[in-house]
Amino acid sequence: MPNTLFIMDGATTINYNTRDALIKLFNEQIGHIGMNDSERIAALRKEAMAVFTQQGFPHTKLEKWRNTDLSKMLNHQYNFPLEPSHDHVDFNEVFKCDVPGFDTFMVALFNGWFIDRGSILPQSDKGVIVCGLAEAFKKYPELIEKHYGKYGLVAENSLTALNTALTMDGVFIYVPDNVEVDKTIQIVDLISATDGVFVQARNLVVLGRNSSLRLVQCDDSIDNHIGFINSVTEVLVGSGASLDHYKLQNKNDHSAMVNNIYFQLEADAKLSTNAISLNGGLIRNETNVKLNGSGSRADVLGVYLMDREQHIDNQVFIDHAQPDCSSNEMFKGILDDHASGVFNGHILVRQDAQRTNAYQNNKNILISDKAVIDTKPFLEIYADDVKCSHGATVGQLDSEAMFYLRSRGIGMENARMLLMYAFAAEIVNKISIPELRLRIDDLVKKRLRGELSSCDQCVLHCNSKEQKVAFEIDMSKI
Amino acid sequence: MLSIKNLRVSINNKEILKGVNLDLHPGEVHAIMGPNGTGKSTLASVIAGRDIFEVTDGEINFKGKNLLGMPVEDRASEGIFLGFQYPVEIPGVSITNFMRTAVNEQRKYRGLDPIPANEFLAKMEEKKRMLEIQAKLANRSVNEGFSGGEKKKNEIFQMAMLEPTLAILDETDSGLDIDALKIVANGVNKLRRPDNAFLVITHYQRLLDYIVPDIVHVLFDGRIVRSGGKELALELEEKGYEWIKAELA
Repeated sequence: MPNTLFIMDGATTINYNTRDALIKLFNEQIGHIGMNDSERIAALRKEAMAVFTQQGFPHTKLEKWRNTDLSKMLNHQYNFPLEPSHDHVDFNEVFKCDVPGFDTFMVALFNGWFIDRGSILPQSDKGVIVCGLAEAFKKYPELIEKHYGKYGLVAENSLTALNTALTMDGVFIYVPDNVEVDKTIQIVDLISATDGVFVQARNLVVLGRNSSLRLVQCDDSIDNHIGFINSVTEVLVGSGASLDHYKLQNKNDHSAMVNNIYFQLEADAKLSTNAISLNGGLIRNETNVKLNGSGSRADVLGVYLMDREQHIDNQVFIDHAQPDCSSNEMFKGILDDHASGVFNGHILVRQDAQRTNAYQNNKNILISDKAVIDTKPFLEIYADDVKCSHGATVGQLDSEAMFYLRSRGIGMENARMLLMYAFAAEIVNKISIPELRLRIDDLVKKRLRGELSSCDQCVLHCNSKEQKVAFEIDMSKI
Repeated sequence: MLSIKNLRVSINNKEILKGVNLDLHPGEVHAIMGPNGTGKSTLASVIAGRDIFEVTDGEINFKGKNLLGMPVEDRASEGIFLGFQYPVEIPGVSITNFMRTAVNEQRKYRGLDPIPANEFLAKMEEKKRMLEIQAKLANRSVNEGFSGGEKKKNEIFQMAMLEPTLAILDETDSGLDIDALKIVANGVNKLRRPDNAFLVITHYQRLLDYIVPDIVHVLFDGRIVRSGGKELALELEEKGYEWIKAELA
């Protein structure tokens, strides 16, 4: 793959080379970047950089990247924030952006850097840790040695490799054995910079045996500038532990976000993860789930509502490595205007993984003729006692259903919205936190009305345009 | 109120209705009977405005207005209601909100302000009581996971809420047990007024034991081949549709 990038405007322009800039950054700044590294992590960074140097950024000739083109987003001279800097941001305003009645323990990353507000989680006396990853490198070396870089392997993914080579901070969460964390932990991941930032956020979440956690990750833009987030999150769900995980994505149209998340589930662990993508220039979620202990169970859900030129790509890889596990994938999307979407669901059932139940479904509604979805289910099965099913549908709004609504006097526009809302509701209704469900419900409705679905009372609500639509539905009132 | 003249309708170049004439007056209940595939549901859909059909000839007038070319939702707001044979499920949208949207859109069409929330809820309660529908039905998503009977009761409930001038019930009796059938029929009877009319489409005479029609029409091969009083339904039940076929041959 040539490293030179082109703008597709007729005239060929040789552009800035982000890959080379990152390699140069590594070579010049590794002393600073790796200042808290253990020997293992220092070696891991080198190995990771070698992988990235060799593979470079993913390109559309790779099967897994055929329909997602990063080149346009890489055609920019980014800043790489090697120091925490947030002089021009009023964090009191930022932290106001919350969900009404949603009582969470909120931590934030700003341009990839953990913001220490000195707040202490109520259950810290039970050994629950929530802190910056950089801090964890210094304070909890044993936990880091045991878990960091163990679930997201650099050899398999050049962007995970890039992140591993260059990351400096992120969120570290540790829940000891037998602790149920009462409060939902919310990570707000913000990016902002007038000249564009390239951020390598890195999170590590470790749940001990029989523990439980609710974790909500919110990815928001704070302004309307270009940005590239290359985020990696590693999650270990210990034996008998349970994790309820949400990812809310509400980026500006000029941002790119590649989000690699690696879940490893031990015996009898339970995971529910739900990716809700409401806005974003280019979003790619790679969700990897390794069912590494018998009796573990994963629900992997997602809903995406994209329009204009937005692009959403959900890649899900479920690795059934042990017997008696089950996985259930359901992704639903609505694409309008020139929006494009990709769903790639790969289920691997290894030879030992007998009595596996694996279910996968991707349903899409295309509102305009110009919207595109590329959906590909892929089952790879080596065990013989397995129940697997997969399916994908792409369609327009059901004309019979439209007729039904209109025959009650509901006009075209509202009938369309009601049906789109109903389509998304299947996923939204699975949100187990009531306040969050109401909020998402509200955001989905706003989104369908064509408003940018940021919180009303939040400073991030930066380019909302109110549109007058006679949408009478108010789920909260009645 | 409803006047259909020489209505010819095709779908995919296949003619379904081959010149239907029908006149309904306020206060009347008409039944349309006929064997399967004869065009009964097509007639219902075309009056309500389904656009997958092509009207090749004829006219439909409703309260003096030409319905052809009028959007579906405007016909509804003019007072036409269609009870579906197969009501559509709308997950995530409660019947309450669905009805509130529909009522308010119809009010808007008629130049009225939205109905106040308390007034709307009171109206829902009143109609539920009248139709003997359990309260919990209204809080569920529209038709989602409903049994066949519940779906049909829900259609009648919607009809009661929207108070149409002309209600067309398309095989509302199909798939109903006798108890559900009674509830549906009872609902229709309670909603009968001198200023509204019903067009009841059914395959079986059974429903007409409970909803007594003023006129029964037999639709056969895209035409109304016979019209008569309620006795006609009994005659049909007794002799079967073969009798009509034989008569026409």
